[in-house]
Amino acid sequence: MNHLISIEDLERADIERIVSQAERFAEVSDREIKTLPTLRGRMVLNLFYESSTRTRSSFELAAKRLSADVVNFAASGSSVEKGESLKDTVLTLSAHKPDAIVLRTPWAGAADLVSGWCSAAIVNAGDGKHEHPTQALLDVYTLRQRVGSIDGACIWIVGDVAHSRVARSNVLAFQRMGAKVTVVGPPTLIPRGIEQLGCEVRYTLDDLHTADIVYALRMQNERMSEMWVPSIREYAAWYQINGRRLSPHQVLMHPGPVNRGVELSSEVVDSPQAVITAQVQAGVVVRMAVLFELLATAREPRPVAAMAGSQLG
Amino acid sequence: MSAAEPLVGGRRTPADLLLRDVRVLDPRARIDARHDVRVRGGQIAELAEAGSLQSAPAQAPSGEEELIDGAGRLLLVPAFFDPHVHLRTPGQEHKEDLGSGTRAAAAGGFGAVIAMPNTDPVLDSAPLLRSLRDAAAREACVPVGFLPAITRGLAGEQLSEMAELRQEGALGFTDDGKPVRSAGMLRKALQYQRLCGGVLALHEEDPTLSRGGSMHEGAVSAALGLAGIPTIAESTMVARDAALAGYEHGRVHFQHLSCAASVHAVADAKARGWRVSAEVCPHHLLLTEEHVRGMDTSMKMHPPLTTDADRMALIEGLRAGTIDCVATDHAPHARNEKEVPFEQAPMGTIGLETAFAALHTSLVVTGILELSLLVERMTAGAALFDLLTPIVTLDTQANLTLVDLDATWLAGEDGWESRSENCCFAGRQLQGRVLMTVAAGAVAHRDRALSLVGA
Repeated sequence: MNHLISIEDLERADIERIVSQAERFAEVSDREIKTLPTLRGRMVLNLFYESSTRTRSSFELAAKRLSADVVNFAASGSSVEKGESLKDTVLTLSAHKPDAIVLRTPWAGAADLVSGWCSAAIVNAGDGKHEHPTQALLDVYTLRQRVGSIDGACIWIVGDVAHSRVARSNVLAFQRMGAKVTVVGPPTLIPRGIEQLGCEVRYTLDDLHTADIVYALRMQNERMSEMWVPSIREYAAWYQINGRRLSPHQVLMHPGPVNRGVELSSEVVDSPQAVITAQVQAGVVVRMAVLFELLATAREPRPVAAMAGSQLG
Repeated sequence: MSAAEPLVGGRRTPADLLLRDVRVLDPRARIDARHDVRVRGGQIAELAEAGSLQSAPAQAPSGEEELIDGAGRLLLVPAFFDPHVHLRTPGQEHKEDLGSGTRAAAAGGFGAVIAMPNTDPVLDSAPLLRSLRDAAAREACVPVGFLPAITRGLAGEQLSEMAELRQEGALGFTDDGKPVRSAGMLRKALQYQRLCGGVLALHEEDPTLSRGGSMHEGAVSAALGLAGIPTIAESTMVARDAALAGYEHGRVHFQHLSCAASVHAVADAKARGWRVSAEVCPHHLLLTEEHVRGMDTSMKMHPPLTTDADRMALIEGLRAGTIDCVATDHAPHARNEKEVPFEQAPMGTIGLETAFAALHTSLVVTGILELSLLVERMTAGAALFDLLTPIVTLDTQANLTLVDLDATWLAGEDGWESRSENCCFAGRQLQGRVLMTVAAGAVAHRDRALSLVGA
């Protein structure tokens, strides 16, 4: 693997290899000395165009646990605000010769684009509403810890699917691992054509009890002002996962941060069925495994494709 | 009402040519046979049996006569006409200018083009039109016509001074790049059309449906997490504006149709006798949403690439005549503007230099469309704007395109005449190459390969 851009690029075996590596790293995390020398002397650059505390700090911690040097570059308060293009920012930062760039942007396809501009390994930490592959990997890891195999499991992803990169990556990742995925939400927030990813589409929680795993998505307040749903109140009435709807055998997941009282009621967040904090813990070891996969294992030399961006000579 | 010459520009040296043993194909003149064709002083002077004409430079006004031997193989057709290009002048000359844009047109076999008004400033006043036509007269290598804005500043709020613009040579009007959002505003323009004439060319898009979208709404947009533009954003507006035109007995032209539902709406309007016409772009005839999967910004255009079923309906519409003509919607953008994430990139692809070759490769060579039908549809745009259709007949001004149908090339391999390179067909192997374009009686383009062919 040269980059981690999209779950779409991964085979089941790739996912299993990364998750297994994360399990090995988890053992280290329980030791008194938590760092490994694996990536000593390597540089990981976090380039974030969107505010993100948890994903960025999770990557930072993962890199430091592997003894890599970490540079954080937040787009606000930098040359980006002075009008520098994504390409120029990447070329400028590449002058420091990072081994990996962890990139989050509000634009679909940005990670793929950047992979053609520099020789660093690119880790997509969220590109617009497209994908968030490390989230999906840590979710697979969390489920493996909690329920073992998800082969044949029934997973419902509930909420604002249209605006969720987490949903897209997880539909692909859960299916790669053999699960049957259903997406549920108000029809205004289910994108037309999503069923062609292989998932089932529903508009109500009526059959929620058939799910083994319930994955709630964050409902963003700005969706209200854009009138995607009539009100938070109505959304919660129809789509909130609460004690009435969640069955005791089900596992509850959420990518965070949670809006208590909107997509989840407080009692389910605090219930033993919720694995939300386990997901956060998994974030570090899974990201360690991703950096290990990209930087520490043998791979083909990575040519810099078309630095000038011209398709033809 | 138009008082000024409708088209301006073009090279001024009248051509003296002898095209020996070329296959002359002009569906309107009902010719498809090998002929010798002599162009003298920019006029088609002789059209004779293949191999019968001798070189006669002494009688040519210039004292020279360029001889091209077609060997029965090279194709001579009436020069193509493109009713929809963006020449980006004034104000965006870093993307294109009158010279580079018309050189690109000539390289693609186009003998004349119509330029859109979404420039900076917007072409919406007579003084600006006058100065632009003066510039085109100096700089354009094929004749150019202009469609000023329907509404001032393309803002959709006030009509431009349509009557005065017509007197200055406006071929018609368009808010291209934007729809005329308000039905009431378009109705007023249609009423005013009774005074001043001029076709109203319409970019059809309901912004409340397309809002924020950067590609076609469907399986690919769902997979990529890109906001989609539904085809109904276009088709409902086509239906609305056809009805308005019918009610006001106005004349409208629908630009760049992209979906089956719009083709049906146009067919319906024509069946009712409403005065509507329509164009389609090569990219909508040849590419689909699947080509957007790699998020190549050259594949981002407005309207977006749609489904294969839509594409088939557009081809069928073009064949049946529901769609009257091909237009490129040549939309140049600078490299730095397109070298950004897909959602940030501006809409548009250049198309003049590849239009014929791409359509020939994918629709004619494959047997989907007849060559003569493609030639007809690539020249039909002129009449829609009340201009003379180029025709291969004696004693008319030469507007001719010479093509090698067998030549294969990679789009973009030798660079572009256009100032920009955002071409959705870049890197594709194409069959059919324009060797020479004669526009308004003058040689506007001569391919490098021509000297080899002629030798």
